[in-house]
Amino acid sequence: MPANSIAFDNLTKRFGQTVAVDAVSLAIAGGSFVALVGASGSGKSTLLKMINRLIEPTEGRVTIDGRDVADGPAPTLRRRIGYVFQGVGLFPHMTVAENIAIGARIAGDTVDIGAALDQVELPRDVADRMPDELSGGQRQRVGIARALAPGAKLLLLDEAFGALDPVTRDALGTEIRRLHADLGLTTVLVTHDMAEALLLADRVLVMSNGRIVADATPAQLASGGGGEEAQALVAVPREQAERLRALAE
Amino acid sequence: MTPFLDALTRVPPLLAQHVLLAGAALLIGIAISLPLAVWSSRNEGVSRLALGFASLVQTIPSLALLALFYPLLLWLSGVVGGGIPALGFLPSLIALTLYALLPILRNGVAGLEGIDPAVRQAADAVGMTPAQKLRLVEAPLVAPVLIAGIRTAAVWTIGAATLSTTVGQPSLGDLIFAGLQTQNWALVLAGCVSAAALALCVDALIGLIERGLRTRRRGLWITGAALLLAGVLAATAPLWAQGSDKRTVVVGAKNFAEQYILARVIGDQLEHAGYRVEYRDGLGSAVIFGAVTGGDIDVYVDYAGTIWTNEMKRHDIPPPAEMVPAIGAWAAATHHVGLVGALGFENAYAFAMKTDAAKRRGITSLADLIPAAPRLALGSDLEFLERPEWAAVKKAYPLRFASATPFSPTFMYRALASGRVDVISAFSSDGRIAADHLTVLTDPRHAIPGYDAILLVAPKRRADARFLAALKPLVGRVGVDAMRTANYQVDRDADKRSPEQAAKWLENAIGL
Repeated sequence: MPANSIAFDNLTKRFGQTVAVDAVSLAIAGGSFVALVGASGSGKSTLLKMINRLIEPTEGRVTIDGRDVADGPAPTLRRRIGYVFQGVGLFPHMTVAENIAIGARIAGDTVDIGAALDQVELPRDVADRMPDELSGGQRQRVGIARALAPGAKLLLLDEAFGALDPVTRDALGTEIRRLHADLGLTTVLVTHDMAEALLLADRVLVMSNGRIVADATPAQLASGGGGEEAQALVAVPREQAERLRALAE
Repeated sequence: MTPFLDALTRVPPLLAQHVLLAGAALLIGIAISLPLAVWSSRNEGVSRLALGFASLVQTIPSLALLALFYPLLLWLSGVVGGGIPALGFLPSLIALTLYALLPILRNGVAGLEGIDPAVRQAADAVGMTPAQKLRLVEAPLVAPVLIAGIRTAAVWTIGAATLSTTVGQPSLGDLIFAGLQTQNWALVLAGCVSAAALALCVDALIGLIERGLRTRRRGLWITGAALLLAGVLAATAPLWAQGSDKRTVVVGAKNFAEQYILARVIGDQLEHAGYRVEYRDGLGSAVIFGAVTGGDIDVYVDYAGTIWTNEMKRHDIPPPAEMVPAIGAWAAATHHVGLVGALGFENAYAFAMKTDAAKRRGITSLADLIPAAPRLALGSDLEFLERPEWAAVKKAYPLRFASATPFSPTFMYRALASGRVDVISAFSSDGRIAADHLTVLTDPRHAIPGYDAILLVAPKRRADARFLAALKPLVGRVGVDAMRTANYQVDRDADKRSPEQAAKWLENAIGL
């Protein structure tokens, strides 16, 4: 198997009586770009966070390249997994450069800030700015740079573009796709937006009530495959596209 | 202006003690609050408990909080077999530390809870250990809020430290309390002004640190911290210079003029004998015997009747000639406290009335007072109504006054003069009895014991020949007329003298 392949083995998370993730078993090939789509509360975010142990499973396990993520301390695991989320969570008391360097710093390493900024297409002079001086899109680019700076080959995107305007969102999507290819990443994208999933991912997983209810390629989904629940989600962007086309005629 | 400037010269050593006490309490308060705040932010139960306790402490008046630790430490010292000082620095430190907890804890917890959850999640996600998260993210983000809490705590602590005088810890409060007792307003003003100036300076400097942290200007907060440290070192300098002089002795005094004067007379004797002398003024009568027993003070003047009724819990009234030796034997046997001897005058509780009023009502004795009492108001000193002497008087003479109001002694005489009260519990050695032409009521049923002034010394001084030799000249030497005159020099409203000046006069008058 290629490096940075992920496997879920009977993975379950219960919060009290609620089952958030229900006995999911699944393999994600190294180097693939997988989208995890579902409505709010479908368990997609919980599933993602069990990969880098921001949430610990109730039952089952997650392995990366065959090694259980629960072996060893969580901080060590997280340092080699990039995690980008909707809230971004830039450290408000640190400059952009300090934010990007933080992962390397806590591991006793250094980072080429210029290169890291180039990678996410930010001008180098933002390095000394504070996060509150940046726009939302710039902030999320810094978030991505921070996630990738320590050399992570596994990138987890948790509704990472959710709070951005559509133009910025589209640009960042394209950006991520390029970084995925350039850096040879394994990328897992959690989103509630099926259009985003279809346009970015190689493989789309649909989650509902803690279970994977569909597992298909974007092409299969676009041509009506993947089952009923997946198609209900695909129907939304498809109808929107048709209505737009109708407007133009 | 001169009396004020004179008073200011007494500030530096007291300021040093004040800064040391408040500073130590604040540092310990911070050391306790910080881990507690971190723990509280991670555990709801701990948070409720810690904040609840700190808030509860705040509701206790600071004076009462200080007073509470005296019996508590005394008891604790008894449990562990002695060695814990119940007076002075320790109880003050504990009380002020507890007082400092709330603002620091509350701001720390609020600051930690106010951190954006996204920032916490990011800290976890980049792979920080809990310790790294605390150091790199939580601490810097919480710092400005926390420092604001420390600033509040510092100002409170500096203010409350003035009250530590009452448990025998020197502070700027010494000036305020002594000034209040002897109506020396220059002294009160000097104490208030210094305490306020200290609080304002500390507030401004911590404010500078806070602003530096908030606006991320390193130079600003480092300057603030450096100035604060320099200020603390400068203010406490008088303490470092002293070194550890083994020959330092402490003279205790209760909270009225006669005690201040006698303490200075004793101190002068000891200084002539080569001792370095410190004073602990303003101790309560209930506390001071404990202080000499524990060695917190080396020597002080008490009154036979006070020891007899309050410490020995005796209800019989023997002739004074038998009382003093009995007290000496009791003090030595039960507390290892030494009785050097009686000074030669008595300061008894003496009920006094304005002479014209007493004449008009035909009152000359406590017995005459019984039928008239329901139409009369009693003014007493701050302690009298709680003391066994009052209980004994009430038992012998069923007095039921229309009202009974405690005053500090000076105000008690004023209340009598102004007609707010009709009878006061005066002191027989008080110069104001003669000066105000008061009538002292007789005690035909001998309810009030004798109050010969006696010199008591701490257990470690009991066999100290040099120390005792320095005090011996005072025994039998101080007559009541000389004492009254000296007291009046301090207590009167016009042409007031300081206790030091009155002490010098008294030394001359009795030929020391």
